[in-house]
Amino acid sequence: MSTPHLLPNGRVLRYSFHERLVHWMAGISYVYLLLTGLAFWSPWLFWIAAALGGAAVSSQLHPWAGLVFVLAVVRMYQLWGAQMKKTPADKAWLEAMPHYVRNEDESMPSVDRFNPGQKILFWGFWWCGLLLLLSGIILWFTDAIPWSLRFLRYFAVIVHPVAALLTIGLFIIHVYMGTAAERGAFGSVVRGDVSRAWAKRHHQSWYESIVGESSAKK
Amino acid sequence: MSQATLEIRAISGHAGSVPGAGVKRELEVCKLIDTTTCIGCKACEVACLEWNGLTFSETTFQNSYQTMPETAWNYWNLIKFNEHERDDGSLMLLMRKDQCMHCEEPGCLAACPADGAIVQYANGIVDFQQDRCIGCGYCITGCPFNIPKFSPQARKVFKCTLCADRVTQGLEPACIKSCPTGCLHFGTKAEMKELADHRATQLREHSGFAKAGVYDPSGVGGTHVIYVLHDASDPEVYGGLPADPHVPWTVQLWKKPLKWLGNLAIVAGVAGVFIHYLRYGPKTVPEDLQGGKP
Repeated sequence: MSTPHLLPNGRVLRYSFHERLVHWMAGISYVYLLLTGLAFWSPWLFWIAAALGGAAVSSQLHPWAGLVFVLAVVRMYQLWGAQMKKTPADKAWLEAMPHYVRNEDESMPSVDRFNPGQKILFWGFWWCGLLLLLSGIILWFTDAIPWSLRFLRYFAVIVHPVAALLTIGLFIIHVYMGTAAERGAFGSVVRGDVSRAWAKRHHQSWYESIVGESSAKK
Repeated sequence: MSQATLEIRAISGHAGSVPGAGVKRELEVCKLIDTTTCIGCKACEVACLEWNGLTFSETTFQNSYQTMPETAWNYWNLIKFNEHERDDGSLMLLMRKDQCMHCEEPGCLAACPADGAIVQYANGIVDFQQDRCIGCGYCITGCPFNIPKFSPQARKVFKCTLCADRVTQGLEPACIKSCPTGCLHFGTKAEMKELADHRATQLREHSGFAKAGVYDPSGVGGTHVIYVLHDASDPEVYGGLPADPHVPWTVQLWKKPLKWLGNLAIVAGVAGVFIHYLRYGPKTVPEDLQGGKP
């Protein structure tokens, strides 16, 4: 990355403008997909579609929002795919996860830019996104599927909600971690930077590589 | 009380109560199609187009008498022709009037997410309310008979109404009215079942159709359109009439167990992170607490 990670104000750049933009392209489209999807999921939530401009409008726009989401996820893959790769160190971190859950972060092994939890989130969205895309295309063009290929519709109608439910689980945890639980994380994806202490605490290996990189330049 | 003349028994995508559930005495209606006396004249096809004022569109010729390959959003009634070779080598021209079967347990209604877009009247008619339809096409997936059809212009789905508008006024459906051979009958389900059974017995005992029988598939709880077939053991030869129709199992799985599991999981997930926060609070960075924002 060309942008230096250590900022003049003494903070650390965690997400570039480009990364933040892609994140929110995915985030905003996902929230729209979630709300309209939930409206079609349960009659008790059908009012959401009415609030978003009517159910006919929602059902017409939902697939387009899906395309925006998929584009964002593909771009994320290009940006982060390599850093999201599983590493041997991940195993120790996952084994120590009860400490992480109990906020005993000092007992956690040091991690690089993304911790294994974030990797699970990323790949979960990646694979569920692929299933949602495939089943979504079938549901989008339901009437174009001939009777002889109706098994495709039967497949789509169950795969779409199952994959969506999995992403909802990931989404709940992601939003909780990113806002209430991990102070500083939300700022990192809005303004882009975190404090040095934050970087050291949550992503020590990443922080050390940044410090090493900037001292090497000098 | 509902302004509708017909009492409503079931409503698609509906969270509340249903107005007409068990309130009034109402007879269940039924259309009986005797395929053994159909001559394939297509008067019913024309009557359907005329009464419902449907638009005309180009069709596909497939080297048969059949008007088009399958019913369309603007063609709700179609006689399916099949030149069937029997075991003894003789040919039979099978003709079956295809249209909505008005299932007792309609898959379209089960699959539909739009409140009130599909209703089932107490008399058994399953009717689409296009003003409530959102054009998602889930009904197409739910139907085991390939009946609901999407109109790209209207972005809504259409199908046979069993002439609910005529039935409300005490008239028989337009197709019944037009049939010159009397192979189409309309009445109560009980009457039509009796008539069908009588006719099937006649075919078995006097006309040499040992396998003649009545098609009223139990997989969808029975239908409000029933057939008399020369050979009830093989309905597929009548232009693909399914032998044992069911609402697709994935639709049933999605609408019943998955819905409850999913709702439970979402509520549990939200409650779980909330409780986590109450118990453990936020992750803080010690150095940040001594000065500066995180």
